[in-house]
This record gives sequence, structure tokens and C-alpha cells, in this order.
Amino acid sequence: MTEKKKALLEAFPHTIPIMTGYIFLGAAYGIIMNSKGYGVIWALLMSLIVYAGSAQYVAITFLTSVFNPIYALFLTLMVNARHIFYGLSLMNKIKDTGKLKPFIIYWMSDETFSVLCAAEPKEGVDKGYFMFFISLLNYCYWALGTAMGSLLGNMMTFNTKGLDFALTALFVVIFISQWKSQKKHIPAIIGVLSSIACLIIFGPNNFIIPSMIVILILLTIMKNKIEGDEAE
Amino acid sequence: MTTFQALTILVVVALATASTRFLPFFLFSRKSEGPYISYLGKVLPYAAIGILVVYCLKEVNLNASPYGMPEGISILIIAALHLWKENTLLSIGAGTVVYMVLVQHIFI
Repeated sequence: MTEKKKALLEAFPHTIPIMTGYIFLGAAYGIIMNSKGYGVIWALLMSLIVYAGSAQYVAITFLTSVFNPIYALFLTLMVNARHIFYGLSLMNKIKDTGKLKPFIIYWMSDETFSVLCAAEPKEGVDKGYFMFFISLLNYCYWALGTAMGSLLGNMMTFNTKGLDFALTALFVVIFISQWKSQKKHIPAIIGVLSSIACLIIFGPNNFIIPSMIVILILLTIMKNKIEGDEAE
Repeated sequence: MTTFQALTILVVVALATASTRFLPFFLFSRKSEGPYISYLGKVLPYAAIGILVVYCLKEVNLNASPYGMPEGISILIIAALHLWKENTLLSIGAGTVVYMVLVQHIFI
């Protein structure tokens, strides 16, 4: 078996939960775009070039209201600011991936990030290709879902309400796995409590950036404490 | 909106998104990796997953029916199942099915 094929087979099971969520959410996106007069070509272009769920949903409003690219620019930057966190978190892990690195960075999503954080390939599997294929597969699911929604949207008959909870479940599972793997839980607790506090203060649409800032400050202040604990 | 305007929006949204992804790598690629970045790499993933969990639940209203019950019950089941079996697909699959049943049939 070639190196790449081995990495692909190793990567696939890690992406199954995301496949469910992305095909469903991608299809929902395709259906909404269709209903606004943007057919399969437009929906697919957005999913393949932008590839960011929440930003694409927000961009529907840019496409259907008065032309304002500056507003689109700033709102997109705000919605996607959390990617900066992912880059900082994974910088070390992907630094030796060579020519695959730009792809892994370009295909970074909430879900891909969470899987890359948690997943380790078996001994003997190329780590770079393992992470590359996780990212690529998720990218394909999103595009596939978008195309399906665009083309077959009207044929969906079963009740899909709540299916997108698969992605929430994925994050919860990863959170628990991380919790079990760590002796000290300060970073996880800081993450949850800061976001809840910012959610209460700033509301559901504006809390991500304040949360990131608060978390960075707290982690920086507590660096000695957290690292000291780790060494024990 | 004209095709040109729509394409402009697409390009702007794409560039803004890509820049949030590549920014940290441009900021820190030149310097040899400092202890601060390597510290962040170690602790940020835990905090970031915390944000994501809260982000997914941000629209849950605890002050009105059903008081976050579908989410709360499903997450408890996921947690219990995952602590017990430690099978990612089982935990996610069961949690999602339970949630769908709850929002479609019980807490309508």
C-alpha cells in the first residue's frame, strides 16, 4: 500500500462525524442560495473558494442586499477571526508538513481544527498526509453537500430538524477526550468560562472576539502557573 | 445585484476568510519559534474547543421553554456514553439521534 493511500484510510474514520454534519449543512446552504436566485454554480464557487460555513451564510445577506464590499470585508473578518486561534494552536503540529501546509491552512475549519487537535495517526502513517487528507475529505463533504442541496433540495422529504447537532456533539466529544487526556484543566476551564461570560455580556452575535482576547490575556497571565503545574 | 458585483463580494469574502487563516503563519514564520508561541500551541487548543462548544449552544434560551432541555439531555448522554465506551462515532451518533427525537417529537 502506498504511503498516501495508507494515510487516507487512516484519516477517513476521523472524518465520518463531519461528513454527516457537512453534507447536511452544505445542503442547507445550497438550498438557501437557490431560493435567493443563486444556483449550483454560485453556491459551489462559494463553498470551494470561501469554504467557511458561517461566513457563507452571512454572505448570503451581502449578495441579496445593497452592494457594499467594505461591509462584507469587515463582517467576514469578524466572523472568521477565530481562525487566527486555530493557526496559533496548530502552528507547531503542522510545521513539518512541507508542500501540504498551505492546503491544511486553507482548509482549516472549526471541525477540521477540532479533529486535527485530537487525532493522532497510527505508527508508521505519514502525519502530514494524515492531516492533509482529513482536511481534504472535509472540504469535499462540504462541496458535495452544497451541490446536493442546490440540485436536489426540493426532493428532501425526511425531517432533518436537529441533524446539525452532530457538529455540536463532535465538539462535546472532543472536549471530553481532551479533558480526560489532561491532568490540569485550567486552559479548558478558561475557554468555557470566558466564552460564557462574554456570551452573557456581548450577546450571541458578538462574543467570539472578546472571548478570544480574554482567553489570550488569562492564558498569558497564568503562564507560569499552568506550566509549573504541568511540570509537576 | 449584477454578476460583477456578486463576483466582487465572492472575492472579498474569500480573501478576508483566507487572510484570517494565513495571518498567524505570516506573523510568526520569520522568527524562530519562541517559547510563548509554543506555550500557546500547547494550551490554546483546549480553550478553543471550549469556545466552540459554547458557540454551538449560543442560541439556547434558558429562560423560555424548553429551557435548553434537548441540548442539556443530549450532552449528558454524549458525556456519559463517551466516558463509558470512549467510542467517538457512537457518542456522536447516539447524541444526535437523541437530540433529533427530542426536538422533533418531545419538545416541539
